[in-house]
Order: sequence, then C-alpha cells, then structure tokens
Amino acid sequence: MYGKKVKLRIIFLSLIFLISLLTIFFILKSLEENVVYFKSPTDIKEIIEISDKKIRVGGMVKKGSVVLSSDKINFIITDFKNEVNVVYSGAVPNLFAEEKGVVAEGILRDRNFLNAKKILAKHDENYMPPEVKKALEEK
Amino acid sequence: MFYTQLGNYSLVFGFIFSLIIFFFCFKGINNKSKKIETNIFSFLFLQFLSISLSFICLIISFVLSDFSNETVYNNSHTTKPLFYKISGSWGNHEGSLLLWLLVLVFFVFIFSLTSKKHPKEYRILTIVFQEVIIFGFISFLLITSNPFNIIFPTPVEGLGLNPILQDPALAIHPPILYLGYVGSSIIFSSSLAALTQNYINKSWASHIKKWIISSWIFLTLGILVGSIWAYYELGWGGFWFWDAVENISLMPWFCLTALLHTILVLEKRNLLKKWTLILSITTFTLSVSGTFLVRSGILNSVHTFANDPSRGIFILIFLFILIILSIVIFFFFQVNDRPTIKKSFLFSKETAIMINNLFMMYFLSVVLIGTIYPIILEVLSDNRVSIGPPFYNKLLYPFLILFLIIMAFGTKLNWINSTLPKVRYINFFYLFISILISIYIVEITETKYLFSTVLFGANFILIIKTTEDFFVKNNNFSQNLAHFAFSIFILSILLNGVLSKEFSANMKYGDEIKINESSIKFVNLETINKKNYKSIITGFQIIDKNGKIENFNPEVRIYNQPEILTSEADIKSDIFSDKFLVVNLLKDDGYFNVRYQIKPFMLWIWTSIVLLSIGGMLSFFRRV
Repeated sequence: MYGKKVKLRIIFLSLIFLISLLTIFFILKSLEENVVYFKSPTDIKEIIEISDKKIRVGGMVKKGSVVLSSDKINFIITDFKNEVNVVYSGAVPNLFAEEKGVVAEGILRDRNFLNAKKILAKHDENYMPPEVKKALEEK
Repeated sequence: MFYTQLGNYSLVFGFIFSLIIFFFCFKGINNKSKKIETNIFSFLFLQFLSISLSFICLIISFVLSDFSNETVYNNSHTTKPLFYKISGSWGNHEGSLLLWLLVLVFFVFIFSLTSKKHPKEYRILTIVFQEVIIFGFISFLLITSNPFNIIFPTPVEGLGLNPILQDPALAIHPPILYLGYVGSSIIFSSSLAALTQNYINKSWASHIKKWIISSWIFLTLGILVGSIWAYYELGWGGFWFWDAVENISLMPWFCLTALLHTILVLEKRNLLKKWTLILSITTFTLSVSGTFLVRSGILNSVHTFANDPSRGIFILIFLFILIILSIVIFFFFQVNDRPTIKKSFLFSKETAIMINNLFMMYFLSVVLIGTIYPIILEVLSDNRVSIGPPFYNKLLYPFLILFLIIMAFGTKLNWINSTLPKVRYINFFYLFISILISIYIVEITETKYLFSTVLFGANFILIIKTTEDFFVKNNNFSQNLAHFAFSIFILSILLNGVLSKEFSANMKYGDEIKINESSIKFVNLETINKKNYKSIITGFQIIDKNGKIENFNPEVRIYNQPEILTSEADIKSDIFSDKFLVVNLLKDDGYFNVRYQIKPFMLWIWTSIVLLSIGGMLSFFRRV
C-alpha cells in the first residue's frame, strides 16, 4: 500500500516519539524523587503526617533566638504567626543574621523542630521571603 | 546633574537614530544599487556613539558620586573605592541593561563593517532585525528602568553597593557574559535575515561561524568568572550549585555549543539548515528569557537580587514578540534543504555531530526542566519547591558516560562516508589502562560503585584518545585542544566530587579542635578599621598528622554602607588541591562559625575551562 520509503519514515518517526516519551518520563520520575518542598512555619503546623523527606523552611530568624555552642547553632524561624526551632551544625552563609530572611533545609523531627542540613540566605540585604512580607503587612 | 541630563538625552538620541535607521533600511532595500547607502553606516556609528556617550555619562556620574541621579543614589557611596564606583555602574539593574544595549549597538556596527562580501538585502535585513531588538531595549530602558532618573532634592549620601558585589571578579563578570549573550543576538538576526533571503549556504555559514565562536568564548569565560566569584566570595566552597541563576547561563551555553558544531556541517556539507536556524533562535531566546527570569524575581533562587515584577512583564512581552516574529518567519519562508551533493552515510562526521547535538539537547532539557519546574508547579498548585543537585547528578552522569565515549571516537570519522574504522588493537590496550586507573581511583577514594568505575573509565578513554591526537599529523589543533580541555575538566570535577572533605564548628579565640589526625587552632584575632568597612582578621593554624603547621587568616568585614557582613575566605591553593577556610560572625558572643574544606583539583577546573576557550580562540583565528 505504502512505499518502502514511507514505511521507513513512519518507523523512524515513531521511534523518535517513543524515545522522547521515555526521556520525559525518566526526567519527570526523578523530579518526583528529588523535589524539596518549601514551607513556612504556618504550613508546617498544618502538616498532617511528618515524613523523613527533606524539606525547606523559610521565614525570618527571630530576634534574640540565635544560640551558639561549640558544635551547633540553635535558632528560631518565624513568619510572625508560627515558629519552628532549628538546630544546625555546620557553616552558615554571610547574610545569616537575626531579623533577616533565611531558608533552612533539613528533616522535620516534629511540628516544632527541624534538623537542618543546610542554611541558605539571600544575597540581598533588603530581601524578605514573600510569606514573611505578607505576614508583616497583615500585622 | 549635567552628566545625568547629557546621558539621558543621548539615550533618547539613540532611540531616534534607531527609527532613522529603520527608514533608511526600508529605502535601501527597494533601491536597485548593489551597495548599502553610506548613511546607514553613519547612523549606526552615530547610534553607537550616542549610547557610548550615555554609558560614559553614567560612569562619570558614579565617579563623581552625583546623588541627584537615582541609580547612583541607590548603588553608590562616597567612601567606596574608585574601582568599585566604576564597576558599580553596571553592577545594578539599570546600568547592566545600558551595558547590554551598548554591546548590542557595538555589535551591529561591527557586523555592518565586516559583512561587505555578502548580499545587500541580507545585510540590511540583519541590521533591521538587530535594530528591532535595540529599539525594544531602548524603550525598555526609557520606560521602566531609566538609569538617568533625577531625584530632587539631591540626597547628601548614597545607599551604597552591596559589598558582595564589590569584587574584581564580579566587576568583569557581567560585561564578559553580556558579550556572549548579545553575540547570540547577531546570530539570531542574521539567521532570520539569511532565511528570508534564501541565503543559508556555505559562505553564510563560514561568516556567521566567527560570531558563533566569539560569543561561545565570551559565554564560557563569563560563566567561569561568575563561578570563581561564587567559589571564593560566597564561601560555600564549591564552584557550581545548580542554582537557577547559574542554570540560566548554562542553558544558552549548551545551545551555543550545539550550534558551534552544527555550523561546521553546514559549512562543509551544506546540510542541517533548518536545525541551524532552530538552534540560533533558541540560543537567543534562552539569553533574553534568562535576563527576564533573573530580573523578574520569578525564580526562587538564593542568588536573587532586588527586583521589580513590572520590568519582568516588559521583557516577557518583548520576548513573546521576538519568538512569534521568528516562528512566523521560520514557517513562511521555505528552506531549500535538498542536499545538492552526495548523501551522508551512517558512519560519518555528520552523524557524530548530530549525536553531539542530541546530547546537548538532552542536557539542555534536563537543566531547563529542573529550572522551570518549580515555577510551573508554584503557578499550578501553590506548592513551592526546589530542585537540588541530586536531580541533575542522577540525570546527567549516566548520559555523560556515553557522551564521553562517543566524543573519543566520533572525531576520528571523515565527512560524508567513513568506512567502519579498522579495529586497532591499541584501543583495547587504552581501554584496559583506563579501566585499571579508574578501578584504582575508585579503590583509594572508597566510592566502590560500578557506576563510578565506568564513568572514570570513559573519561580516561577520552583523555588518552585526545592526547594521542596531539601527535597525529594534519590535525585540527584547536578542536583537539578544546576536546582535551573538556576531558580534563570532567576529570577534575569528578575527582573534586569524590575527594572533597569538609569540617565545620563554632570556635572561640584560643580553642583547639581535633579533626581525624590533624587539629585546628584559633590563634589570633585583631580588628582593623578601613575606609568603608571594619575588618576582623582571624588567625588559624591547621596542624596535620606530620606536625606541619599551616596558617590561615580568614577575615570578616563589616561594611558601614549598607551595614552588612561579608566573609573573605582564606584559600591556599597548590597544584593538586585547595585548602579553604572561612569564618563567619553570627553575634557578639565570641563564637566564630568556622568552615574548613579541602577541595582537590580546583585549579585544574579553572585552567581546563581557560584552555577550552583558548581552543575556541585558536579556531577563531584559523584560516580555513
């Protein structure tokens, strides 16, 4: 019915289609596994189940909450509605300071306590996490 | 005040010149003569002059600390050193866009001068497309982000430049990167013009190849400088974090690298015309959308600086216009893609380059998806997510193995038809050696995975093959050098990945802590007042297991305007490894947050990238 050339082309096209479908599937699957969710302290209070997946918590470092000891740093992340305690051992970025925006990445121990593995701070001294800004405006 | 006014007016003149050039271009295209009218050149030159004048005015305003200018007020301070006053003029949003514009008009002027051998209509159209982009950018500057806004009454003192940006590497990073980005705009305009004139052929390819190579070099170096800056200034002790802003500069790079190889096929074989076009359009789109994403604040990145959404929307609209324009042109003008010469066979250089392109597109799509997925998810489901290095490692490394092996053997193939090369027994010997070395590396680093053995093995095959090529006669030296540099680059990042060590603690003055067999001692602490910051210099001693003492003096700077803390890491580099010590001051309780890292092969990473671009430069000056 169809010539040899047409058949070849159809096979070729469907092969490309299949390969790209597989690639997209492969990429999306590893996306699912490697995504880190970003939550505010208020979001965390609403979590039903605490998993051992890594999450990021963003907000402001509460004034006067930073306590240092030789092997760890304790501080509180607040969005002015709720708070989360964070314990972290390791190096902190330059702009980490009280009353500045911060993002802590780690594993939740319970709804009030985060075991942080990484601390991120924005490079801009005027930066404020959006949810904190919102909370401040509502106050 | 005077310079601000002057700068503003010459910007407006640049805008008017743009309109005049449009007029003469349309007149010139209907004209029967074979040459371009000289007044197009004159106005291109005038436009370049006026934009340069306006940029110089901005620099002078910064040098004179003229705070009646809003941009200067927001980003400068009288106590800032002269060098950073100058570099501060493009360290902010408005100034950096003016720099973009300056490079744009400079490049179109250069283009008009260097393309004399080519048909008139093609040249005029390229200038028209380029002027459309310039027109868009000038209006963008004038409407949403004019660098010459005046504040009245004039403030006495400025707000100061973010101290993290007060750094030599960051002073040259934007200009170099922009040369790369903007170079892609010429490629974009020229390929659209060539398409409408049905001029996509070998002579076009060899002419646009120069532009592709030069933007590729600048983009490569620009990314390198940014990466070096992040390494020592941010104190994270790494060179790449898969952060959104970094990814955005990497995406056009993949595209441009693919284009760099494809254009060779077009030049030699007059094939892959449509694909070349698609790549040129994509490269430029990625560059502009990169600017959009960085400036709009849409990206949830740790690098983001202050920004304003209305600017983003403008760039977005502009981007849409450009994309729609190029798609319309792409579909309405037919490419004559019938090969006039013999068909290519399966084993040929063409196929190898196609495979290279496929890999580049795969890498590009992984990075693209990883970068925009969080944005899409946030819009759709209100969930905020981030995607970290594991995602990229998992998706890129397996394909890297194949990529390296094909790269090792692909360059050996001939154009058109290469019979299956005879199996040379020495290749088996190479394979054997590669596997042996990689098993050895995997053993000593205790990363006992089959996967890393294969990865290292593939990399060593490439290294051996490219080294071997240096001794082959009639060899393309520039290509060989670039490929060799790439293989060394991959080796260094792999070794860096498996051999890096890190240690951190909070220490008070006088403390001593044991790490494995060595120990770290806090021995000194002094404070010095400098012109625009206070410096706390600390002294640390690392005593290794043989009793060898090494001194480190990392520094914490407390800038006064704006009041901000930065850490200056102390890095001891030697050929094989960097020792990196950085301290940070959290509060005034005597504790310093200390991080000590051993980062092997950092110097190799930087050097291999420099070699890679030297390979590019050599091929730029090579006569074909």
